[in-house]
Amino acid sequence: MKEQLQKDFDNSIKNLNLSQKDIEIKKFCLDSFIEKGFPNRKEEDWKFSDLNQIIRNNIGELSFYNDHTSTNKVDTSVFVNGLEHNKIVFINGRIEKIDFAYEKKDQIEIIDQSETINEFKNSNSLSDLNNAFTYKCFKILVKKGYQLVKPLIIYHTSNSKIWSKNINLRLNFELDRDSSLRLIDLFKDTSEKNFLNIFYNFELKENAVLKNYKLDKFENKNIKYSFNNIDQDKNSISETFILSNGSNFLKNEINCNLKGIYSSAFINGIISLNNDKHHEIRTTINHLTENTKSYQLIKSVLEESSKAAYQGKIFVNSDAQKTDGYQLSKAILLNKESEFNAKPELEIYADDVKCSHGSASGSLNDDSIFYLMSRGLSYQQSRELLINGFLLDVVEKITDSEIKNLIKNMIGIKE
Amino acid sequence: MDNRQKEIDNLKDYKYGFSTDIENIQAPKGLNEDVIKFISNIKKEPKWMLEFRLKAFERFKVLKEPDWQKPKYPKIDYQDLYYYSAPKSMKDKPKSLEDLDPKLLETYKKLGIPLQEQARLNGIAVDAVFDSVSVATTFKDELTKQGIIFCPISEAIQNQPELVKKYLGSVIPTSDHFFATLNSAVFTDGSFVYIPEGVRCPMELSTYFRINASNTGQFERTLIIADKGSYVSYLEGCTAPMRDENQLHAANVELIALDDAEIKYSTVQNWYPGDSDGKGGIYNFVTKRGLCKGKNSKISWTQVETGSAITWKYPSCILKGDNSVGEFYSIAITNNHQKADTGTKMIHLGKNTKSKIISKGISAGSSDMTYRGLVDITSKAKNSTNYTQCDSLLMGNKCGAHTVPYIKNKNSESNIAHEATTSKISEEQLYYCQQRGLNPEEAVSLIVNGFCKEVLQQLPMEFAVEAQKLVGISLEGSVG
Repeated sequence: MKEQLQKDFDNSIKNLNLSQKDIEIKKFCLDSFIEKGFPNRKEEDWKFSDLNQIIRNNIGELSFYNDHTSTNKVDTSVFVNGLEHNKIVFINGRIEKIDFAYEKKDQIEIIDQSETINEFKNSNSLSDLNNAFTYKCFKILVKKGYQLVKPLIIYHTSNSKIWSKNINLRLNFELDRDSSLRLIDLFKDTSEKNFLNIFYNFELKENAVLKNYKLDKFENKNIKYSFNNIDQDKNSISETFILSNGSNFLKNEINCNLKGIYSSAFINGIISLNNDKHHEIRTTINHLTENTKSYQLIKSVLEESSKAAYQGKIFVNSDAQKTDGYQLSKAILLNKESEFNAKPELEIYADDVKCSHGSASGSLNDDSIFYLMSRGLSYQQSRELLINGFLLDVVEKITDSEIKNLIKNMIGIKE
Repeated sequence: MDNRQKEIDNLKDYKYGFSTDIENIQAPKGLNEDVIKFISNIKKEPKWMLEFRLKAFERFKVLKEPDWQKPKYPKIDYQDLYYYSAPKSMKDKPKSLEDLDPKLLETYKKLGIPLQEQARLNGIAVDAVFDSVSVATTFKDELTKQGIIFCPISEAIQNQPELVKKYLGSVIPTSDHFFATLNSAVFTDGSFVYIPEGVRCPMELSTYFRINASNTGQFERTLIIADKGSYVSYLEGCTAPMRDENQLHAANVELIALDDAEIKYSTVQNWYPGDSDGKGGIYNFVTKRGLCKGKNSKISWTQVETGSAITWKYPSCILKGDNSVGEFYSIAITNNHQKADTGTKMIHLGKNTKSKIISKGISAGSSDMTYRGLVDITSKAKNSTNYTQCDSLLMGNKCGAHTVPYIKNKNSESNIAHEATTSKISEEQLYYCQQRGLNPEEAVSLIVNGFCKEVLQQLPMEFAVEAQKLVGISLEGSVG
């Protein structure tokens, strides 16, 4: 893999106009990645999902060079109907379109930050890989007091032109004081056997509100890793919703730093899997100052020989008195081959806190099935009804009604 | 030149050599095959036992000391320890209670430990009427009548070689982790219990009744076998503060329950935790593991951990037999600079196996408490259930409480439920108690005892009363 990395790196660098210093930084990241390699189960954070092995078994040899010189045609059929929205379109990792048609032009700034340095406090090797190979990086700045009228949908699409490729993406967002943004990440792939490595960084200033919906709904054979870092100032709110369903492998990682008082973070997730899919959600909430709040709810439904893992950590600093942290994960295993692993973790250094977590996994409740069947439903109907209700609970947590309906339609949940 | 060399060697032998003084036999410092042979030799062990030790030592040489635990400690030089040292002679021991540290006496008083008992704990000779030996012998007679074997493990190696050979290392193999392997190589003594088929042990077995129980050293080895349909309750440790010159304690405890057997193992640990600045104190790195080998067997661990500078242990149950049950009840209290990283492992292998974990952690002062546990339901363990509850209580903003559970479910017919909370003692509760005339310390003690009630209930009667007082004493100075 080492020679491939070196070769592809040299090719990528050639196409970019970078200063000597930036090349040095990228080189440094590459060397660091070469040294560490893909994360494996020996690393605590990857205990339940050995990415190195998953890539080896599903893809084999990866190549890292992507030709971004030619444009791809944007296929408008992927766009979401019935919801007016702003768009950013990625095709095979290349930004093809940025369109904020519904917004005031002077309130949103798009800054090219292609020469970024490693600012992620994520120690895993994938951030190094991302730094070494991202070709363009934009920062989207929402100015003071501006609230986007329509949601922004980022389309992550790929087509059959790519195969056994590694694609690295990077986006930064800054929400200035009193601003708000609704952001939907929609994954739609027709490609197979690629590894997507996505890094987002969010900076929320005072009173800012971020709602991020990550929707991985459509069947595909790709392997994905997505990392969100969210820094929150006073009074800010972040809401993250994860639908983890379509990809062969997907690990969503949310790292949230509650730095300002009265800031709060909400994470809700659904993992719904079939076949031999393997998904994981890992969250870290750092309560760094007093009077902060976090709430997490993750529900999983596992069929066939699928596997899911949830690792959630609530960290409470010694200054973070009056913290309120809550975390709940529930899983239904529908097949004897399916597997659910959880590691809900609390690390607390302050005494005046209210923190709790719960985790439960098991089969569908026989009594409930019996109850429904005795009222005339078939076994299949009862099962669906119960699962429906189980997942509806999470969807109902979505605070934006427009997007809630979109998601309900998408997963076919009935009320 | 050669002569000169010999002379030097002789001198060395003299300085570090094996002393034959009966009152103070000591192996030379350091860890090597000779020391292991020396230990084995002095215990007059059969050849297979020596081989067991050497095999463990071979393995130990390639193992690395683990470092994933939360409490970090300064590096231990394993070549700088004595691995065998016979009990201290009477000369070095205090002559009477007056010679003891008044602070210690005060604690005894609070715990309500009788005078004779206090003396015994400190190795002071007791008068004939209260000679514990005679008490012990009466108990021993009764046990022998039932066919129960309860003796030091070194005796068992001599007298019950078949049993020891069969079960020693069957739960904690010689190839296990660093500290367990070290213990397998150099263990000096410990208890051996065998309960024959269908026998219900008539009394709580405790190291208290075993002659020569004190000073078993830092590497203790306990082996308890409950044959089909038998029952035994075993007590380890005591509530009284224990001092020991050995800093590292790496004991191994193996429990084996055959068909329909039940073992209840209770521990109260109150070793020296170091002074209020965190200097000194004992490292308690113990490996405890129980195997529910037979059908319908049950193993239950109860622990009250209040002492030691660092407690690092995970009493575990391997639920191999169908319908077997594993339980773990724990109270861990850390104060001042104490650190604890404790919890359990429940490994479900058989069908219809059940496990229950109740863990209560209390941290005060500048201490740090971690619950770390594993619940693993394997694909063959159909219809198994686990229930876990870990609660932590924090006092002051300099201490920490952490929960790190690992939950693995590979079976759709099994259920796992896990709950954890962290909070502090509410002002209202404290106010209510103080309003009714309790001073703040008494109030805290009362509330904490209520918090721990579920676990304290599991202790045998005579232990429970003392343990309750211990909980209060351990938290002294943490309020206000």
